[in-house]
Amino acid sequence: MPHTPHRLEIENISIGYGDKIILQDLSFQVPHGARVAVVGPNGAGKSTLFKALVGILSLKRGKIFIHGESLGAHKDCVAYVPQREDVDWRFPVTVSDVVMMGRFGQIGWWSNPSKNDKQIVRKSIEQMGIADLTDLSIGQLSGGQQQRAFLARALAQEPHILLMDEPFTGVDATTQEVTFGLLDHLREKQVTTIISTHDLNLAASRFDLVLLINHRLIAFGTPKQVFTKEHLAGAFGNSLLVMEDGMMLVDECCPPEEEHHHAEVK
Amino acid sequence: MNWLLEPLAYQFMQRGLFASVIVGVLCAVMGTYVVLRGMAFLGDAMAHAILPGVAIAYLLQGNLLVGAGVAAVIVALSIGLFSREGVVKEDTAIGILFAAALSLGVALISSMQTYAVDLSHILFGNVLGVSSSDLWMIGILSLIILLTVVFFFKQFLVISFDPVLAATLRLPAELLRNLMLVLLALTVVVSLQTVGVSLAAAMLVTPAATAYLLTRRLLPMMLVSALIGALSSVIGLYLSYYLNIVSGSTIVLTATAFFLLAFLLKKMKLG
Repeated sequence: MPHTPHRLEIENISIGYGDKIILQDLSFQVPHGARVAVVGPNGAGKSTLFKALVGILSLKRGKIFIHGESLGAHKDCVAYVPQREDVDWRFPVTVSDVVMMGRFGQIGWWSNPSKNDKQIVRKSIEQMGIADLTDLSIGQLSGGQQQRAFLARALAQEPHILLMDEPFTGVDATTQEVTFGLLDHLREKQVTTIISTHDLNLAASRFDLVLLINHRLIAFGTPKQVFTKEHLAGAFGNSLLVMEDGMMLVDECCPPEEEHHHAEVK
Repeated sequence: MNWLLEPLAYQFMQRGLFASVIVGVLCAVMGTYVVLRGMAFLGDAMAHAILPGVAIAYLLQGNLLVGAGVAAVIVALSIGLFSREGVVKEDTAIGILFAAALSLGVALISSMQTYAVDLSHILFGNVLGVSSSDLWMIGILSLIILLTVVFFFKQFLVISFDPVLAATLRLPAELLRNLMLVLLALTVVVSLQTVGVSLAAAMLVTPAATAYLLTRRLLPMMLVSALIGALSSVIGLYLSYYLNIVSGSTIVLTATAFFLLAFLLKKMKLG
């Protein structure tokens, strides 16, 4: 398969539900293989941005290009790891079922999984360290294990761009490290990863680029360029407290993000 | 063994048995989607919504199944239309259409002379009145529905479990969802004659809910559900014969007994 640069270009997009615009006039470019943190206060539009990138929310304006072609031209190009509360954990599927779903893009509509598919599934599960849980229902797993099952699925999808919605919220340290291990592995494969997080320390220390948004683009660049007083004040407003010694505090407790209530996918 | 064979001496009993087993299996398979996708209300609504189609077919002396089929597909697609883009919430759209269609159906039927008998057949089924052409129709429709489920198993799994993945895989989710609604509508139509519109919803939900308690993967759930659906139909029909009770209700009550059994089993296991 010929690999063109894994480039993601967002051009003046606006996204919203009905008459309500959640994200206004966003433009940025992500070079191939970059690790991007999406940061912003609750309800800033992080999940909305992801839904647009995945293609379940149509754009009000603007364009998204992947490898220079518009979104949707490539199949299986984008993988998405959903927030845990967006998954029906009572659904009767096992870990291997879930991971195999990641291969459905490659398997034909009316074919069975090939040996190769099965091997990729097995490897992905092993790589996430949940090989002993393969045949358990997803409902029987702990929170961290559940997340790793979905990471394994994303891996099996062999995407060019991986989106993750809040993978570091409420997971154990092992899962967090396994996640970063996966991110390092994906970086070697030149996979672009875009991850929303509330953890500003992680965003500052372990990502190449940070996208700071609050209904519009506040700043995009290296953590050093983005995490300035002006930018943070622009994003967090009164939740930001700047101390005399230069220390900055952001108060963010977490009511459910407003945008989640609008989710209408079934 | 005589008590097993005796009812089968009658041809109408044989046909009835075939019809109810086919319908039992069909409802049970489609029912897994109904249960997992939380469409129980939709199934119930659809069952009642086909009433005007049946009534019109009856008045025109056409085939009841055809009338029901046309009505069901219209209702299924209008639910999709009203609730698309979230203009009206889906359950609201269902509620409105359901009530409107039911009222229209009752209005039409009440204008008939043999009102009471006909209505009870439509509502509760008349499995012993299945003609051999009905049986063919039931068999062929069921085969088409089941084959479609087999063909689209993967796709239906993804749109049911994870709509977002469906989007990233570029599956035509809207189309698949409508296809599923149409299959559900046809299932209700096929069950019209054996359990009737008011009990079809139960056959959609109960065996699948029972299987859900006993299994933990989709395919086994479907198979166990089908088995329970078939068993309920057979046992229910014999009960109906010997106790002289409407078959629709004995079939549904048998299925309910299976559910209670599975529920107790699960409770005991959990402890």
